[in-house]
Amino acid sequence: MVLSAKDKTNISEAWGKIGGHAGEYGAEALERMFFVYPTTKTYFPHFDVSHGSAQVKGHGKKVADALTNAVGHLDDLPGALSALSDLHAHKLRVDPVNFKLLSHCLLVTLANHHPADFTPAVHASLDKFFASVSTVLTSKYR
Amino acid sequence: MVHLTDAEKALVSGLWGKVDVDEIGGESLSSLLVVYPWTQRFFEHFGDLSSASAVMNNAQVKAHGKKVIHSFADGLKHLDNLKGTFSSLSELHCDKLHVDPENFRLLGNMIIIALSHHLGKEFTPCAQAAFQKVVAGVANALAHKYH
Repeated sequence: MVLSAKDKTNISEAWGKIGGHAGEYGAEALERMFFVYPTTKTYFPHFDVSHGSAQVKGHGKKVADALTNAVGHLDDLPGALSALSDLHAHKLRVDPVNFKLLSHCLLVTLANHHPADFTPAVHASLDKFFASVSTVLTSKYR
Repeated sequence: MVHLTDAEKALVSGLWGKVDVDEIGGESLSSLLVVYPWTQRFFEHFGDLSSASAVMNNAQVKAHGKKVIHSFADGLKHLDNLKGTFSSLSELHCDKLHVDPENFRLLGNMIIIALSHHLGKEFTPCAQAAFQKVVAGVANALAHKYH
């Protein structure tokens, strides 16, 4: 899967509109994921996953910052995400199915907060973006 | 609940009776750890898992494979009540072991491959289809109590 020039424009613009809310959206996406897909909580037994949890807020910001970095390097996602790719492969070892679940919850969150901007074309580009990030993060698994 | 036809039930019990169950267990678990190395995350205390041969020869892996396959075999005797049969194991895997149920699906497929490996021609598409229903049922039963 390749991100076209149009995809890259859509992704950068959409992310730009999120502005300072990225961390908040990251946390919301995680909260949605933990609630809708309880099996994802198995990777966070040490977390308080209740609504408003400081740990989820902190982790949401972490995830959002990594995505913001990725948006700034759409021409070289493997390079930009290399350290995170190593971390997921050798330390975290989150089963690959879960990346689709979080990606879906990120889309749900963005559609929820930016209905006018979340056109089908932008939705498609963002879906490709999250899929590309997921592929990079699982690329060193084996 | 899994719905197997009488023919499928006969296939499953007939073929299961022909295999060395402990070997299937060891091979399935070893394969899981080798083919999907991230599954080793649950077994860091098992010692040397550094290569395929280390995994295949690891005594703790074999012992655990035996434990798991005997539990699976128990399921084969209760195909009409898998959720009940695996209820407390489901709670254990969620609350204490924190195992993503995706791993049950992966292991189920490793059991299928081990059976195919051992049974050869007899492991026909029909036989596979029957066993796929069983492993899916067991995986769902083990995931049933997750919250």
